[in-house]
Amino acid sequence: MEIMKLVVEFFSPIYILMLAAFLGYEIISRVPVILHTPLMSGTNFVHGIVLVGAMVALGQAETGLEKFIGFLGVLLGAGNAVGGYFVTERMLEMFKSSKGQEK
Amino acid sequence: MGYVIETIYFVTAVLFIIGLKRMSHPTTARSGIVWAGYGMVMATVVSFIHPQIQAGSGNYLLMIIAIAIGGAIAWYGAKKVAMTAMPQMIAIYNGMGGGAAAAIAAVELLKDHTDKAHAPSTGILLMAVAGALIGAVSFSGSVVAFGKLQELKFFKDDAKFRFTGQQKVNAIIFLGAALLGIIIAVSHSSSGGLITLFFILALAFGAMMALPIGGADMPVVISLFNAFTGLAVALEGFVLNNSAMIIAGIIVGSSGTLLTLMMAKAMNRSVSNVLFSNWAALGSGEAQEVTGSLKPMEPSDAAIQMAYAAKVIIVPGYGMAVAQAQHKIWEMSKLLIDRGTEVKFAIHPVAGRMPGHMNVLLAEAGVPYDLIFDMEEINEEFSTADVALVIGANDVVNPAARTDKSSPIYGMPILNVDHAKNVQVIKRGKGVGFAGIENALFFADNTRMVYGDAQKVAAGLIQGIKDLG
Repeated sequence: MEIMKLVVEFFSPIYILMLAAFLGYEIISRVPVILHTPLMSGTNFVHGIVLVGAMVALGQAETGLEKFIGFLGVLLGAGNAVGGYFVTERMLEMFKSSKGQEK
Repeated sequence: MGYVIETIYFVTAVLFIIGLKRMSHPTTARSGIVWAGYGMVMATVVSFIHPQIQAGSGNYLLMIIAIAIGGAIAWYGAKKVAMTAMPQMIAIYNGMGGGAAAAIAAVELLKDHTDKAHAPSTGILLMAVAGALIGAVSFSGSVVAFGKLQELKFFKDDAKFRFTGQQKVNAIIFLGAALLGIIIAVSHSSSGGLITLFFILALAFGAMMALPIGGADMPVVISLFNAFTGLAVALEGFVLNNSAMIIAGIIVGSSGTLLTLMMAKAMNRSVSNVLFSNWAALGSGEAQEVTGSLKPMEPSDAAIQMAYAAKVIIVPGYGMAVAQAQHKIWEMSKLLIDRGTEVKFAIHPVAGRMPGHMNVLLAEAGVPYDLIFDMEEINEEFSTADVALVIGANDVVNPAARTDKSSPIYGMPILNVDHAKNVQVIKRGKGVGFAGIENALFFADNTRMVYGDAQKVAAGLIQGIKDLG
């Protein structure tokens, strides 16, 4: 049983990895060229989730150096998430069709 | 508590996926980023009660201060930046993400691993080191990319950063960083000296990699660093056992890789070509002799030609965006449409600074997206167009890409502007394009050159059309 447990522990992250990789591929491959820049910006925002990890890292930091690096990490992560969101939103909000304009 | 957090992270991952899915269609794109945004806010808020955060460590205050500072600076920057500067803005936010991933790894590595009860496995440490290396490369590389696209003085001259044996030096730095990382992970060392040296090498490699690359190739590099950051985030997600980071990171890693390949293909460059060579090294042979003469035309005459045309296709390039002429061009297009002329915009995949950038710039000016067409959609139509109006584009309409094997852009798909009955080219002067080569299109019999600043010429065109009544 111990072996089974190890096998499951080994494979479950690999399954996640494989499925997520396919998903990322699928999402992008159907995108029209006109949305490439906003979408790149959108994926840039999504990896802003690193903020969450930086918060945990800072939360575990003990020495002054660890705290300093953790602080930098949270600051950078927050910048990634917030900046990524607003530039993407600014770009996407400009996409309008000619029907929408004739109000 | 753990269950609440895991559930919220799961919901966040789902929201990210739905958000990206919605972002891939113009009508739902706007709502897509909002969905993903909700996910991010939820995940961030719930992380304050994460069980891995030590109770009473007093770091909450630091956390809130860091989020406030980082968020405020990024928010301000994102609101203020001009649409033409969007690519370098994406680069810098991406670099921040890479830096954050590297910082997570640094905190992990600096912890005392001698306490066997809590020591992470060698495998986990290896992932932490790999994520740190990739994240640090993405950070310093993105900063360089930002500097280049922002045209900061220090980065301006690409050639300055090229020297013989560069690839070897880069390879040595990279191998040094990788080796050091492996040593740190395998020996479970938390020596500050080794770890510092490791990060210095990793950061140096990122900068060295990006420095010799020219501005024209930067989009591909930024996109590559975007994928890198995704991968680094996923690796640190494994270290922290954080499912939201793993899923989001891998999705960005794979979609970013695909996007990079698509961009490189649109530019007729391979990714390795972009990273390990440069324009100067290409196009060794003598360029084909260009025959004919440049025939200038006044804006008023150009306006008359367009006003009586049944179909006009406008080909905008980065030069138009630099001159901020897109609003005037759209104003002119509306006048033409009111006169019953069919107006379409043709976008080359690399018009602007990265694929899709030109669409953003036109959208900013108010051009509806159903008038904007991709190269494949519109290339057949040029032969039925009375006028093709080229504004600040050069290499993407150069017929040498089809015919001249010695040209550095040979083989790149181009817009078939030369098939139109008449071609008008708005251009600042007689200089050559990004690739540094003459354009036979400008010398063709049916081409007229309208010289001047794109914005002034566009104003002249508007006046010319209005004068016709």
